[in-house]
Amino acid sequence: MANLLADPDSGLTPAQLAARHGLRVAGERPSIGRYSGQLWRYRHFISAYAHAKLTASFSNARLGQLWQVLTPLTNAAVYYLIFGLVLEQSRGIPNFIAYLTTGLFIFNFTQVSVQQGTQAISGNLGLIRALHFPRACLPLAITATQFQQLVGSLVVLLAIVVVSGEPITLMWLMLVPAVLLQTVFNAGLTMAVARLGAKATDLKQVMPFVLRAWMYGSGVLYSVHLFAENLPSWATAVVQYNPMLIYIELARMSLLEDTHLLNDSLPLTWLIALGWAALAGVGGYLYFWRGEQEYGRG
Amino acid sequence: MVDLEMSNDVTVTLPRIQERIPTVVVDDAHVVYRVHKGAAGNSSPVAAFKRMVTRTSAPNVRVVNAVRGVTFTAYRGEAIGLIGTNGSGKSTLLRAIAGLLPVERGAVYTQGQPSLLGVNAALLNDLPGERNVTLGCLAMGMSPAEVRRKLPEIIEFSGINQRGDFASLPMRTYSSGMSARLRFSIAAAKQHDVLLIDEALATGDKAFRKRSEQRVRELRESAGTVFLVSHQLSSVRDTCERTIWLESGEIRMDGPTAEVLAAYEAFTNGK
Repeated sequence: MANLLADPDSGLTPAQLAARHGLRVAGERPSIGRYSGQLWRYRHFISAYAHAKLTASFSNARLGQLWQVLTPLTNAAVYYLIFGLVLEQSRGIPNFIAYLTTGLFIFNFTQVSVQQGTQAISGNLGLIRALHFPRACLPLAITATQFQQLVGSLVVLLAIVVVSGEPITLMWLMLVPAVLLQTVFNAGLTMAVARLGAKATDLKQVMPFVLRAWMYGSGVLYSVHLFAENLPSWATAVVQYNPMLIYIELARMSLLEDTHLLNDSLPLTWLIALGWAALAGVGGYLYFWRGEQEYGRG
Repeated sequence: MVDLEMSNDVTVTLPRIQERIPTVVVDDAHVVYRVHKGAAGNSSPVAAFKRMVTRTSAPNVRVVNAVRGVTFTAYRGEAIGLIGTNGSGKSTLLRAIAGLLPVERGAVYTQGQPSLLGVNAALLNDLPGERNVTLGCLAMGMSPAEVRRKLPEIIEFSGINQRGDFASLPMRTYSSGMSARLRFSIAAAKQHDVLLIDEALATGDKAFRKRSEQRVRELRESAGTVFLVSHQLSSVRDTCERTIWLESGEIRMDGPTAEVLAAYEAFTNGK
């Protein structure tokens, strides 16, 4: 059957005919360079989609976009009640409420990105099967949406920090590169889990537990120095490379006066933060691109 | 053949002025679905874990041969109807041409990126129609300026504003016909090298169907190729001059619409 002539006039086989007129194999994966170019041309789509998702997620709530601020605030209040007042984890931390909310908001940025990232492909099959665009737009849009959310939360956070008695210093500027590095880290991680979640749909069920464990390992709710006090030294050595711990420590370092890093070296902490951003950003992007032709199938 | 007998004639050996340009070449394509039947009967977690370790496929995965060895070539400026009974593989074939489903064997070659336009092309239902138009156009690769220029045109074409200002209401408030019309209007706003339409013309009222059939003709004249899957033989007859009849994943007939439709009607009535 395969060598049936496609074009009786020219006597070519289908493959020859296709090659002669420059047709391409349908659904072929573009090279990484071309893919990046396509992605750049779709930047308007990414931002429009991110904005649309944000609007849509609040469209059924009466208070609308106000929830962008109310959700992290309520979260912080609940955790403060349990860990600050009931369990008295604040021992040894001078400004516990600011300490807690900083950790919570920074961790939440990654947590929600990853959570939604697992469904970036599997939750958008309709769109994927209908239209052609570089699929990396979807996890990137999620990161962009969460970044917008974070900016809203940060305004609240700065208010809490000031009200709880911290001075406004130049150190605050350090928050900008720290958050940007975390955003790159998140984008890469979101792309990686998007590909994983596209195939292994069970990931959605597993993810909450992974994230919960990660949160406890990142010193969000209690002093990071509890790790050094209670864990064997090798485990502390591992924990101090935890990217979330690093990003949270950098944020606390910039906002709170009386903070001490787990590894005592600010340059090393920045280096680890940069390393994680580069590794996750490049690795996640390449990993996602390699699966490009599989999305939406099955 | 006539050509061979006249091959000494000068007029035939002259280079043909109008060479037909292929846009889609399908070469012995086979498409296979692997369907997970879900946790059925005897699938205990232990058995599932064992399969994961030994990397054998689950017994509850069934393989469905949806398209079996289809070969044809479509040319620029053609409108091709795809007909066949339910489950004959029409939609699957379209998805393979669009590059959304891999072929198991054989190959599909296309010019540019074919666009598949189906009635289940989901947009964001919580957002107003206007915003969906913007998103859809950006997703097709238009520039923001182009989108702004085309927006009123698309809303106008879809006719969703005929009963008041629906363009600013969320799409979840639309009737199924209205949202199908909007989706068609979005997809039809762009010049496609190859446009694949899956049952989209069936929805919408008579006036809209007339408009959309007219639009399909325009798209075709602007040097594209249009594929139309439909159970409504009248819309195939009105828009396509060539028709491919698929049955059980194989081509049963490929030729001028009138001939194929006549044979198809005889087949379905005889059943």
